[in-house]
Amino acid sequence: MTDDRIQRVTMPKWGLSMKTGTITGWVAAEGDEISQGDDLVEIDTDKIAGALESTWEGVLRKIVAEAGSSVPVGATIAVVAPADVSDEDVEAVVAQAREQLAAGVVEEEDAGAEVGTVEVDGRSISYATMGEGEDTIVLVHGYGGDKNSWLFVQEPLSHMHTVHALDLPGHGASSKDVGDGSLETMARAVLGFLDARGIGRAHLVGHSLGAAVVAAAAAEAPARVRSLTLVAPVGFGSDVDAEYLRGFAAATSRRQLKPLVGRLFADESLVTRQLVDDLLRYKRIDGVGAALQRLVDTLLDGDRQRIDTAARLGGVDVPTIVVWGREDRILPPTDINAAANVRVVDRAGHMVHMERPADVRHAVEAAVAAG
Amino acid sequence: MARTISYREAINEALAQEMERDASVIVMGEDNAGGASVGSPGEEDAWGGVLGVTKGLYGRFPGRVLDTPISESAFIGAAIGAATRGLRPVVELMFIDFMGVCFDQIFNQAAKFRYMFGGNALTPVVIRTMYGAGLRAAAQHSQALYPVFTHIPGLKVVTPSSPYDAKGLLIAAIRDDDPVIFCEHKALYDITGDVPEESYAIPFGEANVVREGSDVTIVAIGRMVSVALQAAEDVAGSGIEAEVIDPRTTSPLDEDTILESVEHTGRLVVVDEATPRCNLATDISALVAQKAFGALRAPIEMVSAPHTPVPFSDALEDLYVPNPQRIVNAVKAVTEWKR
Repeated sequence: MTDDRIQRVTMPKWGLSMKTGTITGWVAAEGDEISQGDDLVEIDTDKIAGALESTWEGVLRKIVAEAGSSVPVGATIAVVAPADVSDEDVEAVVAQAREQLAAGVVEEEDAGAEVGTVEVDGRSISYATMGEGEDTIVLVHGYGGDKNSWLFVQEPLSHMHTVHALDLPGHGASSKDVGDGSLETMARAVLGFLDARGIGRAHLVGHSLGAAVVAAAAAEAPARVRSLTLVAPVGFGSDVDAEYLRGFAAATSRRQLKPLVGRLFADESLVTRQLVDDLLRYKRIDGVGAALQRLVDTLLDGDRQRIDTAARLGGVDVPTIVVWGREDRILPPTDINAAANVRVVDRAGHMVHMERPADVRHAVEAAVAAG
Repeated sequence: MARTISYREAINEALAQEMERDASVIVMGEDNAGGASVGSPGEEDAWGGVLGVTKGLYGRFPGRVLDTPISESAFIGAAIGAATRGLRPVVELMFIDFMGVCFDQIFNQAAKFRYMFGGNALTPVVIRTMYGAGLRAAAQHSQALYPVFTHIPGLKVVTPSSPYDAKGLLIAAIRDDDPVIFCEHKALYDITGDVPEESYAIPFGEANVVREGSDVTIVAIGRMVSVALQAAEDVAGSGIEAEVIDPRTTSPLDEDTILESVEHTGRLVVVDEATPRCNLATDISALVAQKAFGALRAPIEMVSAPHTPVPFSDALEDLYVPNPQRIVNAVKAVTEWKR
């Protein structure tokens, strides 16, 4: 019988539309001791490139899929086991995995996300849910983003928790009408989502504008919120790249959009043609331009930030963790007053949850533990 | 949400959504409703156009989908006239090959009203038309005549290559206040792709870089985009990375994207199904030779049909239309060229 200490490293599902990933290079080598959090392998999807972090412990015994190969989501790409597991047992698992790869068969261990919509205040809110656990986490993206931006974070968190990612009004697959575009309207959309999905209390995670939204939701209904993780949050300080916000709303072509989107990352090479193309497709949809404009008015007072998240969180007694990329050019990290636990992450820009997802994940886990 | 639908369905959806949004949008043409006259069984039996593109619209929008007599000079003229009087007609010129009998209405009237009446006349008409070879429709039903329309100032000319582009460009065309010639390749109707359910408009004059590469630029029109992508995959095996550009609209033409690309790659192949004298390949080649001459590392290659009518014989028609191998040969010619 197969030694059940043998663990399969599988191609992760990063993002709802991912069907296959291409291995661009192995970071770990056969024979290496692997711990949780180690970068194992670099993978390209058609949307973005990222490093798969280990959620496995042991020795990397065998690489099943070499660099250059394209592999379906869920397929085994390597085998990890303690050093004392016999080579024969490992080889048996490897052989089976290779057969499955060749046959194109994929283990349905990960059924993927449940995608749906709920009606909130006359608007459709689109969401994707992964995993099942005692704790419920809700991920809220930022200005111009959508639920797919959590692609490196939602899946690993879903191993232990129920994780919902939603599209705010005006974004993704939700209704494009944002009403007055105020923070209250966005916060109510999040709380309405909790109601519609029958979620009593949740750990809220927000990025950028989404962070201000979840903070506002916590201020409005603190009993519903177990913890807050604020990622590169709007509303602490007044500095902001106003030109980025306005430019993003106004851009209609690849030429206009690409340099702006580059500002979101510490590593601009992450801005692929596909990423820009997807953003253009979103921006062309009727109503998006107007929605983004409204949100710019909510976000900006002249060239400075209008929202004061720190003030909103004033009376709110909810465990809060803040994560920020040191190289954030949109919202430079500021000194936040002591109440919140602040983690500044190196080699990350504004999209810290895409560039350093492990750090964001650890912050969320810490918030969940505290909440 | 995006889902997979066909090029035909994408066009149908664009029409339906615009007709829903704007009561002045009407559809007219030969059999656009099709067989749903008074006393007939009803819209379930209505053809919805010779290849079914306008199916279902007659029932949804009573009185706004008109079957016309078989007289292009009459109904194209009527649509253009109606456009100047406040309607936004989407009129179907069933085969682009029929343009001869209604060309004055299009190039001398519609194209020039705005200019000649000092901006006081707008002609927001969309002329949807089928073009292209490959369906054994022979010489008078298979031509790619968009270069002729591209030549005329005052007209906008659109050549969508995918369902996503077809829907977004048609919505943009209907919202545009100028006459637009919307060219649908008849062999593309059944291709499928991801298309959002919501309405969206793709601006004219913005090319789509369908594939990125640094070794050669391939500009391809309409159905030739997918043929060029096939060729790009083929040459990638030899280590040549091709950049494939789909202009989406031949008028206005996104010159900047093409020039930027050639400045980067130094090599250009243009693939145009239209016959070679004065087609888009010659137009784009001249543009690049004039504005990016210093960047070129080899002469420009053009891949088009031969200077003949479209054959009816299967075997000959298959040789007529540019195929991936001919594009690969052109890529090799520009990458291997030595002075």
